[in-house]
Amino acid sequence: MIECAGLRAGYGGREVLSGIDLRVGKGEMVGLLGPNGSGKTTLLHVLSGVVRPWAGTARIAGRDAGTVRPRQRARLVAAVPQRAEPVAGMTVRALVLLGRYPYLSVCGGYGAEDRAAADAALADTGMGDLAGRESTTLSGGEFQTALLARALCQGTGILLLDEAAANLDMARKAAMHELLREKNARGLTVVSAVHDLNLAALYCDRLIFLKNGRVMADGPTAAVFTREIVEEVYETRFHVFAHPITGTPQGVVVPGGGGLRGLRGDSGLGRD
Amino acid sequence: MSHTRLLTLILLAAVPVSVLAGCLAGAYPVPWRAVLGILGGGEGYDAKWVTVVVEMRLYRVILAWLVGAGLAMSGAAFQGALRNPLAEPFTLGVSGGAAFGAAVAIGLGWTGAWLVPGMSIVPLCALAGALAALGAALMLGRSAGGASRETLVLAGIVVSAFLSACISLFKAINEESTASIVFWIMGGFQGRGLADVWLYLPWFGLGTLVVWRYSRELDVLSLGDAQAVQLGVAASRVRVLVLAGASLMAGAAVSVCGVVGFVGLAVPHLARLAFGSSSRGLLAWSGLLGGTLLVWSDIVARTILPGGAELPVGVVTALLGGPFFLFLLRKKVGGGA
Repeated sequence: MIECAGLRAGYGGREVLSGIDLRVGKGEMVGLLGPNGSGKTTLLHVLSGVVRPWAGTARIAGRDAGTVRPRQRARLVAAVPQRAEPVAGMTVRALVLLGRYPYLSVCGGYGAEDRAAADAALADTGMGDLAGRESTTLSGGEFQTALLARALCQGTGILLLDEAAANLDMARKAAMHELLREKNARGLTVVSAVHDLNLAALYCDRLIFLKNGRVMADGPTAAVFTREIVEEVYETRFHVFAHPITGTPQGVVVPGGGGLRGLRGDSGLGRD
Repeated sequence: MSHTRLLTLILLAAVPVSVLAGCLAGAYPVPWRAVLGILGGGEGYDAKWVTVVVEMRLYRVILAWLVGAGLAMSGAAFQGALRNPLAEPFTLGVSGGAAFGAAVAIGLGWTGAWLVPGMSIVPLCALAGALAALGAALMLGRSAGGASRETLVLAGIVVSAFLSACISLFKAINEESTASIVFWIMGGFQGRGLADVWLYLPWFGLGTLVVWRYSRELDVLSLGDAQAVQLGVAASRVRVLVLAGASLMAGAAVSVCGVVGFVGLAVPHLARLAFGSSSRGLLAWSGLLGGTLLVWSDIVARTILPGGAELPVGVVTALLGGPFFLFLLRKKVGGGA
């Protein structure tokens, strides 16, 4: 579903992605990890058409992400953005309904089918009660959930999430990911950029670690969520253990091990 | 919903009422029964009355309505496309460009030459000026880092300031044509007639068509460019198209009646306050409200001074604008947002 080869991209003159190679197959649920500025958002922006590739290829469902027509692309890939502002005067239902924009005819309005899709997405995300609320009156977590509802309403085969659960409390984080797993089980390909390693490990089958615009590690969660890899990616000391119930790897930061200098002194990791 | 429907009905009803009021008002007295009869197509009225009501008032009222509707829709489109409540043809330099184009044509003595029937050189230069100003703002914005909304608005303000300096310079150089240049800057409908209606109508239609066609895209654009692209809108292309359509509509308005401020800026705000922010509705209501507002402003402009003298309609709309924004500001502060 997603293929990147030698992908380079950035903003203005600043290169952020310096040669990304990865493939994500249909129906995978992938966690995209890495420190701040490692290129997670930029990679998602390339795949969703916001940023054009400088070199190399980025393909979604067999099409070039940089050249496919925008409406066509929006029927293949939906995205939940990291930073978004609610719009004054726009209700939650109206916001979610915008997910049907790529299916509108040239001059037509939103029809019964579109409304049904929006209602289904609202119900899926538990936002049905808030459908009539103005989006500016929502809490941060509710607004993010509304954005997820909009992305689901787009009815695409690929869903890209950029810190979609960042403003949610722990229970809602879990609930959102249960929903994503459910959709994933029905064939939705999910790529989710997260800072919460443990959340990603609990819900994703595969993790991709980015650093300095390159893929540092890529593989099944149990294989790549190791102390060595996590310490190298984040340049801080970690303790990795098995989740007492699921057995998936989980990690905690070891106090006093943060920062480049500490690690360099101990293990020689972190070269620049 | 019924609240919206009621307001819409009132606005729709206000259109014929305003046209009627516009045909009644004026220095030359015509009995209202006669006005009704003449407008209803009745025969046998005093020829002078017919001339006053139809030639001098009706066409002027129609023109004022179209210009008001066009400016308001243009303002709504500008505000939507640039996600900026202060954006409008006037602040973005488009009106200034049109006025400058007209001033150049007048200054060079290109008045009165008819290029094609219904299209003299001065309005054509005004249109060209409007588009050139928009083009300059777009290019300036792009060179300053992408056609994003902030840079475009700043670029527009720069273009606007530069153009107003150019107009002042032109006035200083061509003292004999100052009076006619001032007309383009102040705005007014004195002496406008059927020819001007025909002059404006195609641009009004074209502009309306463009902004209406892209009204759904404007809704998506209100989320910001990144999300708009992710939802399938070619954000930059749509923005340029909408701005061009709205600029044609506003530039053509300047070309027939000069610069009329406040309508493009304030009417969309008023419409948003009453009807919410869906772009398609906002455009329709702004148009209805703007047309009616400008007809009434024109009525005030030609009746408030004694002895048949007229005020430029731009003065009336500007006088309305100040208190209105005070009201808007108080409402926003009072709303505790």
